[in-house]
Amino acid sequence: MNAIIPLALDTLSSAALIFFAAVGLTLVFNVLRVLNVAHGSFYSIGAYVAASLCLFIVSRQLNPYLSFVVLLFSAVLVAVILGPLIESTLIRWTYGKSEAVQILITFGLFLILEDVQRIVFGVQSLYEDAPMRLMGSTAIGGIVYLNYQIALIAMAVLVVIGLRLLIKHTRYGRLITAVVFDREMAQSIGIDTNRIFILAFSLGVFLAALGGALAVPTSGVAPGLGADTMVLAFAVAAIGGLGQIEGAALAALIVALARVLAIYFAPSLDAVAPYAAMLIVLLVRPYGLFGSVTARRI
Amino acid sequence: MIRTLVFVLAVLALVIAPTVAPWLEFVLTIAIAKGFAALGVAILLRAGLISIGHAMFFAISAYGVAFFAGSGISDFGILLVLSVVVAGMAGAVVGAFLVRYRAIFFAMLNLAVSMVFYALFAKLYGITGGTDGMPVPVPHVFGLALSEPAFKNVLFYGSVALMVLVGFLVHRYLDSPLGHALSAVHTNEVRLEYLGVPVWAVLLVAYVLSAMLAGIGGAISAFAIGRVVPDFAFWTASGHLVLVAVFGGIGGVPGAFIGALFLELLHTKAAAYTDAWNLIVGATLIAVIMFLPKGLYGLFSRSEVSAQ
Repeated sequence: MNAIIPLALDTLSSAALIFFAAVGLTLVFNVLRVLNVAHGSFYSIGAYVAASLCLFIVSRQLNPYLSFVVLLFSAVLVAVILGPLIESTLIRWTYGKSEAVQILITFGLFLILEDVQRIVFGVQSLYEDAPMRLMGSTAIGGIVYLNYQIALIAMAVLVVIGLRLLIKHTRYGRLITAVVFDREMAQSIGIDTNRIFILAFSLGVFLAALGGALAVPTSGVAPGLGADTMVLAFAVAAIGGLGQIEGAALAALIVALARVLAIYFAPSLDAVAPYAAMLIVLLVRPYGLFGSVTARRI
Repeated sequence: MIRTLVFVLAVLALVIAPTVAPWLEFVLTIAIAKGFAALGVAILLRAGLISIGHAMFFAISAYGVAFFAGSGISDFGILLVLSVVVAGMAGAVVGAFLVRYRAIFFAMLNLAVSMVFYALFAKLYGITGGTDGMPVPVPHVFGLALSEPAFKNVLFYGSVALMVLVGFLVHRYLDSPLGHALSAVHTNEVRLEYLGVPVWAVLLVAYVLSAMLAGIGGAISAFAIGRVVPDFAFWTASGHLVLVAVFGGIGGVPGAFIGALFLELLHTKAAAYTDAWNLIVGATLIAVIMFLPKGLYGLFSRSEVSAQ
């Protein structure tokens, strides 16, 4: 019984980080109909920018509470610079082309971004846990928890609610829904679809970069993070059903639970758990838990 | 006629190259190995199926070589055949499930299966040696114990011969009704079913074949490198195979090998000047897709047409 609370908390906080990695991918797929293989790179770029800025703050002995602002700011920075740039040059070119072309173009982008990160940020791993230390810890039932872990869970819940409010109850959300529902019809009634695509793509980049930035205090950032995150995000997005935001949240929980249970019962299999979960779900329900069946082409 | 001449000259140039520049031998062996795997990916691309997971069959066969060699089999030919058969069997099992899916779902399921294999290779330390991988000893060739350089020579010329032989067989396959059914699946698979062609079987044959081709590549790589590691199965390796297939163009059998040779040679040359190799490849990939939709091989065949 005593093991349940720590296990649950570990599951929830790792689910939060996994959710951040995947939600942008699934959102972008929903609106743009493009499976972005370079999505994991946005996560790691967000992490690199946040880690560099945090280290800068600590080295200059500025107010350490600035590091919280920096985590958010770096995600905005990455989204504002990379989002519109990449959408309007590369991604836009692939609309209406086959999935193979979309996957390959974004794979090319992934390769480019991997090297850009290596050139800009070097190959050493960066780590700064100032935000985590500042938040302190809480003891529940004699076991000490980091407040940062709990804050991560709250952030993820906020993002789920925020995205839902954005899509269901704001003007932009309704425009996005219209574009998702029928792109041509949306265009013909005067919606600037290009602007919606840029916004949605940048929002996806922001969510990925935010996930990376939030992960810095817990696990830092090292080369290869982008590639690792990518497959995890794929797994989560696919389990939840591509394009389903609530599905991604549930899938993140499933993957995190699978992982935590694997670590608890069979530590050597922890890396297998997310993919095995993905495989099982997809074999039973190829369109994911919440995905809808698309008609066969005739 | 001109085609055959160009083909013979190209193979001759390949055979002579290492005698002129010995350092090329390893590079070319690896390039041919990757060409085999890319050819496997290219076969599935014909049916419009993109697999971001074919590095798993490459890795399965490579690990097969290491396992069989470790269990006392020392003959080169037997090791090669056994490990390719293992890759083919894995392809039959995996393919039986996966060829029901299309488009993004096919791509993602291949990715999922390959990452399960990757994680198993990396984590089952007691069996696979974990991330350290497993060594591959120098095998015997027809009962002869060769020195390492001599074996590498045999491996290279053997790979070239295999490339011509297997390439010819795959060419015949693609030209058969079974092969032509692939592009028909891409265009309109419902019509194909109405005509009485079992799409599932057509794709399964293609999948097993592509797994075996990836397996040939994996076995050659294992022999050439002398060590197998889990990274063989990582998803980026699968991505690179698709990339090579696309560079070569999905048109013909030579395309995959031309793509692989071009990429490996470029890599070797570029390594002297810059380490931003991925950046170059990524940018080239995007440029090729945008401006040369038929790949590099398409470039050749286009100039051939204009020459006539």
